[in-house]
Amino acid sequence: MNRLRFWFLAPARLWMALLFAAPLAIVAAYSLLTRGAYGGLGAPWTLENYRRLWDPLYAAIVGRSILMAGAATAICLVLAFPLALFMTRAGPRKNLYLQLVILPFWTSFLVRTYAWQFLLRDTGLINSLLQGFGLIDGPLPLLYNYGTVLLGLVYSYLPFMVLPIYAALERMDHTLVEAAADLGARPWATLTRVLVPLSAPGLWAGSVLVFIPCLGAYLTPDLLGGGRTVLLGNLVQNQFTTARDWPFGAAVSLAVMAAVIALVVLLPRRRSGELL
Amino acid sequence: MRRWLSLYAALALAFLYLPLATLAAFSFNASRFTVWEGFSLRWYAAALRDPQLIEACWNSLLIAAAATLLSTAIGTLAAYGLWKRGSALLSGALYLSLVTPEIVMGVALLAFFQFAFRWFGWRLGLHTVIMAHVAFSIAFVVIVVAARLRTFSSTLEEAAMDLGASEWQAFRHVTLPLLRPGIAAAALLALTVSFDDYVITSLVAGVDSETLPMVIYAMARRGASPVINAISTLVLVVFGALIVWSARLRET
Amino acid sequence: MAPVLELRNLVKHYPAHRAVDGVSLAVPRGRFYSLVGPSGCGKTTTLRLVAGFEPPTSGEVLLNGECVNHRRPYERSVSTVFQNYALFPHLTVWGNVEFGLRRRGAKDIEKRVGQALELVQLTGKEGRYPAQLSGGERQRVALARSLVLEPDVLLLDEPLAALDPNLRKQMRAELKALQRSTGATFLFVTHDQEEALSLSDQVAVMNLGRIEQSGAPEEVYLRPRTRFVAGFLGSLNWIGGIGLRPEATRLMRSAPGDGMRSARATVVESVFLGNCIQVRARLETGEEAVAELPRHNGSFASGEAVHLCWNPPDEIHFP
Repeated sequence: MNRLRFWFLAPARLWMALLFAAPLAIVAAYSLLTRGAYGGLGAPWTLENYRRLWDPLYAAIVGRSILMAGAATAICLVLAFPLALFMTRAGPRKNLYLQLVILPFWTSFLVRTYAWQFLLRDTGLINSLLQGFGLIDGPLPLLYNYGTVLLGLVYSYLPFMVLPIYAALERMDHTLVEAAADLGARPWATLTRVLVPLSAPGLWAGSVLVFIPCLGAYLTPDLLGGGRTVLLGNLVQNQFTTARDWPFGAAVSLAVMAAVIALVVLLPRRRSGELL
Repeated sequence: MRRWLSLYAALALAFLYLPLATLAAFSFNASRFTVWEGFSLRWYAAALRDPQLIEACWNSLLIAAAATLLSTAIGTLAAYGLWKRGSALLSGALYLSLVTPEIVMGVALLAFFQFAFRWFGWRLGLHTVIMAHVAFSIAFVVIVVAARLRTFSSTLEEAAMDLGASEWQAFRHVTLPLLRPGIAAAALLALTVSFDDYVITSLVAGVDSETLPMVIYAMARRGASPVINAISTLVLVVFGALIVWSARLRET
Repeated sequence: MAPVLELRNLVKHYPAHRAVDGVSLAVPRGRFYSLVGPSGCGKTTTLRLVAGFEPPTSGEVLLNGECVNHRRPYERSVSTVFQNYALFPHLTVWGNVEFGLRRRGAKDIEKRVGQALELVQLTGKEGRYPAQLSGGERQRVALARSLVLEPDVLLLDEPLAALDPNLRKQMRAELKALQRSTGATFLFVTHDQEEALSLSDQVAVMNLGRIEQSGAPEEVYLRPRTRFVAGFLGSLNWIGGIGLRPEATRLMRSAPGDGMRSARATVVESVFLGNCIQVRARLETGEEAVAELPRHNGSFASGEAVHLCWNPPDEIHFP
């Protein structure tokens, strides 16, 4: 068996080593180099790139990204819990609702982000409607601000939150809710004393799963934030393209990866399977 | 209580679907502007006449087909190998690839390819996109196939070997046929994630390898055009169908 | 005395079937009242209607003479011991018992929880979680959790079914003692007729969503009004249209004396059951009957001609 298994695992090992581990290792090496003239890379080896993350300009981006990811996570938590609760109580239609929540998640991230641009831009549907009814004179600046980026993040990653909470609630014995009511707990007490504590693993899993992609989000702030919002994802992209400061971009990437790995360690591995 | 929950769920689902529904509705608008002027298919016609869109679509299909084929094969074998006996290193790497922010993976692959160019004289092109797509699709395939394998009992293969089958024959003639719906579901999923990817693709694509998401992105950045609505609607419908199909396969 | 719990023509219809189809009963305060019947007879649904987990289709649930149909479960002064106990896995024994008191904002919580745990002999296990307890201990936590609230009626849904047979006998005795010592009113649901007969002050036998008969255990066992009740509570011989319990059926080698009725029969087989001997005999009419005899009555051989006899008061007649 061991020989067969070796050959079965070999292609995946090779591919992941070459096109996942090696690229990350190269980024790690770059993050310790110095940017030369014309965007070149060279000695001396230095930690300067990591130190620059603490410059007020970049520290603000770091702080803002953490804040945005945190806010998106919190909003998703509040929005997802009642939806997941509803789904567990939907009886035979459970699976239908599950599919309905998963479906938009897998259908084109780009198109879903564009849909909000279509709704919110100056000539978009909402401004057109408001102007058509004569409620406003000029278009409202609905696009290209942090609020819109937050909306886009919540919209994109809400299913990541719903599914683990749903799974946790689904595993829960429903008679516990009846027992709580039977012992005199009103709906609010049942929620805070029984439902929330018992679905805590799902709440944690969902929070980590939403926080991670939000922290490294690039497309959403890019399309919905325009050039006016800068988060870590845009910073990385900018350093590798326009600014051509690869060592600094690499340092930012590595910092994001470190945060992701730290968060993943907090999350039991099994839960990732529930997303699919 | 129940009524409030139902009302809330209706609102939440509306939040998820209304933007997509309006996007699709206005792809049939006769007007260029977001004012309804009557039903028309002119934007679909315009999309189909746009040579840049058509070429990008072919590129995307080619990339997605190749990446799906490779990642499904590699991922299925890996899932089977891991089912026999776990490997913390490989499954850790797969899991990490799943949660690595796309932009980080994109710049890392870009740096890797630049590095490789210097030593091996490669150039960015369709092949680099395909290699990158395989790298992030393997994890999806492994998860779907592994979920299927978890429902299997090892006694089936033991029975096969007891009847004289070699390990390879037990895999080939017992497990693989049973695994087929799971593999198909995984392939469909890999197809959608590959076809949809913008962030990584845009970083590792050559000048001659523009994909459909790259064209949609460029059009979206340029501003309003109902052509994007038309092409987006097509993408939504086709991929919605593929995802529903994939989910069905996983349930059987 | 007015009953503490009264059900008036209670009905619960589901789209597919009628779970409860016109149940009326009255439970006097301080009594052990059992609902017994086969699975699917509607006894658990009846209990859930009393607890308020589901609304009845029609009819009334009265607590202390007041209709509580529109009260939510947390507004009713009844408490349920669930079949699977439904202990909160994230709370300790103490946390579980204290849960209801906290929700009611009760006073003396420390003292009352302590007393309840003492009552069910769980003192010293306050800090354990349900997963760290044995089946019997979990059952006691569930009892304490409900009893501490001093409910007007304690609803017990097959509370012994999840226990292994030896423990079940022991818990049965404890349950009865607990009911006596607290003076609480128990409404007890079970499919086990032996449990119902041995524990209850009053038994109601349910079938197909209705109560077929209710009364004291001796009464329903000895004077069943329907064939279903007679058959559900114990096995029965049919001799010329009258019913006879196997333990009231005797076998004699010679004709019995005055006051006893008898019929000629032939022994078919004799089975040793440990505490008694079970003899199957065929009557001249072709009917078969089973007699359960004490061991000292001796053994009967197959084919032996006997007199099957009984006391007239043991006959069970149906209208």
